Amino acid sequence: LSFIPGGLDCSISFVSYVLGKVCVHGRQKEILGVLVPRLTELTKSDCIWQRICWRLVECVPERWMEAVVLGFVQRAPGADVLSRLLGNLVVKNKKAQFVVTQKVLLLQYGHTTAVLQNLLGYLSLDSLRRALLLRVLQELLETWGSSSAVKHSPPEQQLYISKAILICLSHLKEPEIESCRQELLTSMMEGVKCHLDSSLPQLWRLGMVVAESISSKINTEGPVLKFEYEEDDETRELKSLLVQTPPLCVVPSLPDDDRSEKAGAALPSVPESNKKSQIAALVMPAEESDAELDSDDDLVPYDMSEDKELKIKAPVYIRDCIEVLTGSEDVDKWEATVKALESLIRRNPAATREVSVELAKILLHLEEKTCIEGFVELRQRAQVAVLTTDPIPVSKYLTSQFYSLNYSLRQRMDILDVLVLAAQELSCPKFHGKPKNSDAQKPRIQLLPGRDSSKDWRRIVDERIKSKARRFASGQCHVEPASSPNQFSSVAGHFFFPLIQHFDRPLTTFDLLGEDHLVLGRLVHTLAVLMYLAVNTVAVTAMGKALLEFVWTLRFHTDSYVRQGLLSCISSLLLSVPAELLLADVTEELLETQSWLGDVVEKDPDGDCRRLALQNLLLMENLKKKLEAVPS
Amino acid sequence: MALPPPDPQFVLRGTSAAIHTLHFSCGGQEPDVPVLFSGSENGFIHVWNLKTHRVNTALDGHGRKSVYCVETMGGNNRLLSQGRDQRICLWDLAEGRTSVTDSVFTEHVGFCRCSLAKVAQGRWLMATAAKGLDEVQVLELPSKTSVCTLKPEVGAKLGMPMCLKLWQLSCGSQPLLLAGYEDGSVVLWNVTMGKALSQLVCHQEPVMSLDFDSEKAKGISGSSEKVLRIWSLNEQQNLQVYRTHQLVNAGISDITIRPDKKILATAGWDHRIRIFGWKKLKPLAVLDYHTATVHCVSFSDHRSPRERLLAAGSKDHRISVWAIYTQT
Repeated sequence: LSFIPGGLDCSISFVSYVLGKVCVHGRQKEILGVLVPRLTELTKSDCIWQRICWRLVECVPERWMEAVVLGFVQRAPGADVLSRLLGNLVVKNKKAQFVVTQKVLLLQYGHTTAVLQNLLGYLSLDSLRRALLLRVLQELLETWGSSSAVKHSPPEQQLYISKAILICLSHLKEPEIESCRQELLTSMMEGVKCHLDSSLPQLWRLGMVVAESISSKINTEGPVLKFEYEEDDETRELKSLLVQTPPLCVVPSLPDDDRSEKAGAALPSVPESNKKSQIAALVMPAEESDAELDSDDDLVPYDMSEDKELKIKAPVYIRDCIEVLTGSEDVDKWEATVKALESLIRRNPAATREVSVELAKILLHLEEKTCIEGFVELRQRAQVAVLTTDPIPVSKYLTSQFYSLNYSLRQRMDILDVLVLAAQELSCPKFHGKPKNSDAQKPRIQLLPGRDSSKDWRRIVDERIKSKARRFASGQCHVEPASSPNQFSSVAGHFFFPLIQHFDRPLTTFDLLGEDHLVLGRLVHTLAVLMYLAVNTVAVTAMGKALLEFVWTLRFHTDSYVRQGLLSCISSLLLSVPAELLLADVTEELLETQSWLGDVVEKDPDGDCRRLALQNLLLMENLKKKLEAVPS
Repeated sequence: MALPPPDPQFVLRGTSAAIHTLHFSCGGQEPDVPVLFSGSENGFIHVWNLKTHRVNTALDGHGRKSVYCVETMGGNNRLLSQGRDQRICLWDLAEGRTSVTDSVFTEHVGFCRCSLAKVAQGRWLMATAAKGLDEVQVLELPSKTSVCTLKPEVGAKLGMPMCLKLWQLSCGSQPLLLAGYEDGSVVLWNVTMGKALSQLVCHQEPVMSLDFDSEKAKGISGSSEKVLRIWSLNEQQNLQVYRTHQLVNAGISDITIRPDKKILATAGWDHRIRIFGWKKLKPLAVLDYHTATVHCVSFSDHRSPRERLLAAGSKDHRISVWAIYTQT
């Protein structure tokens, strides 16, 4: 397709028709792949060609406009190029306006960041279009701040909207920000609240990053909103969108330009940090070389080999530890005790059993007196040690405290973590007396709530499913772990049933079914793990029945983290309870569950939930097949 | 083959309280007995006879509040002591007297030891922390007239002064003051003009102690961290970091340079006294005797080098006295 410059007043509408028809049939890539670079070249300096291009697009019939516009937006190497190619199409053409301002931003979310950059940059480049930019920003903020949108839309869409908001913000100029400062502030406050209310850490981070960015734009001087969160690739990418690199004017337009532009915006963070560390290294006072004669030689040093770091001795008896932790003013001793406690407990099981509940109580309420590294981990390990040494009384204590008044959410979640870790330890065979460090155990000591744990358990469930589906042996021979009786078997019920008993009884400070849905989510995940670890134990069927009822009551919970947990419960159930017992006792409930799972697969907005539900359906299928295969 | 560190020459017991400050007075002629003054947490100042190793007198002038600084003013008959009762007391100890002749009410509630410097016969300047949070007051003694008040500029946020060192290079030159502050910086003040000449951030934690060698224009400071910093004063009266020394254990309560400027001693929170060569801060010895944190170290002013002693007072109620590197 080559354009002949002559005959400038020939009708272009025919070409528009062709273009539109081709695009709408899905051949955007081919035709625009040739067309856009040519037009980019031609329209660079030639006004006439620009006008031709504009006419070209304007004349595309309404019903094909969307395909064409979308194609251009996707193919254009930069916002300025898009501006040249489309001109003020969005202002003049209603359909184009709808596509650009509504459809691409709010109704779809599959486009890349480059596309967003193109689109929003295009809107910002012309004064006529800037009004649209402001309107777009307002609508994006409305969606971002709406609590129902945060709860029900998939995280990918929320990420997309957040990116769009940040890019819009990067294009806004001072007077425009001034004019809509109040609205920005209001939307930001509402939006932050909804985001922090959710249980998924990814949404928190999105909310925090966007709120910080908005705050930094509207408060150019004075205190700015600053959240604490872990930086990861996503947050770094989002933050890099706030800074706009100036459009490349003189450089010849290559299709790779927009990619390098985005990479250029993302890269400054890396070389900067390298520079900073170099400067820090230089600032360190350099040891000056002494040219002076060493006339100190007449002073002969004494032997200083005994000069070592001072170590405070920790107590050797458990009861001494209790004394130090509850009363002692000597902070050095306190620190040493906290560090030594876990190993002491494990080496003195009999002594520990005498004071187990008291020790558990002290540890649950233990707060950091001095700044020790890894205090939370040390405390947790000590708690797990106590629980595994004397499971029944300590689990009774901990589960009763979980539902008691006046504990913080953090403490309640700590109880759940400790129960799970102890259950893992009790149910895994020990190598040479040391607890087996399987992959499953490692990420359990976590300080962020269980998005990670749910992924982790999904992986384990996946592996289990795989191991059940395939029947051929894996060629390697690995050392069989020494078998020992499953110590979890006798105590599984003690861990499980008290937790599941009182979940619907609200206390004044703790309402699982109400505000504290984060703890509910963690409780559900914990129950899933306990169920999973209870395989081959005596209480497993009773646990399974109770769990099935529990899941049934909560199956419509609005929090997606809770739903993920419920689905993990079902997986654990299906994997742990022997199939015959399941089908014998709870056939109807199983069928009801199956239909609910089918519903979830189709209609649940959360991708993880859908995946888990699908796995559960597969597991159920496998079970049925297995039973059918066995001659009854 | 390095020798094992020496044992203390003798140990003074009997204060029944932690010792916070020590000061020797051994320069007198016979029949003056060499004495060691010690200030304790129970408010007593003990005068130790270094020949008999017993207490000569116990002075009680600070209302049983901890005494954290003792200095002599020319000979061992005039004593200055500073305590937590916010007072600085001047004592007359001649002919067996034990009376407080004068006192200054500093209104300072911290632990900053005052610093004395003789400016003329019978006249001293004393720098002490004052009522204001970050102020240092300089008084002339014995007249108790205020020479100046050194206030850091507004917004400097230095915190409380933690340790002071006042000196005058020679008769007639302007007295200078080095002050270590709570924020870790050391500031050089010109007392006559009342202005700060230079400031250097030496530590991230409060400066616990400092000492200065006016001949070599080099000083050393220690804090609760694991480093000792040596800094120098150049011709423009600017402080610069000269060297840093890493310690094995964190925390230094006191530093003192021996009068002959050959060695220095540090009192550590790790119960140990460390000796370094002053020229290049070469570690010379680690004296491990005490069983609790060492609060203060002091070198004696014996005229004869071979009699020189080092004393260390600790929280374990004992004063250890050492004879170390006396040959040079």
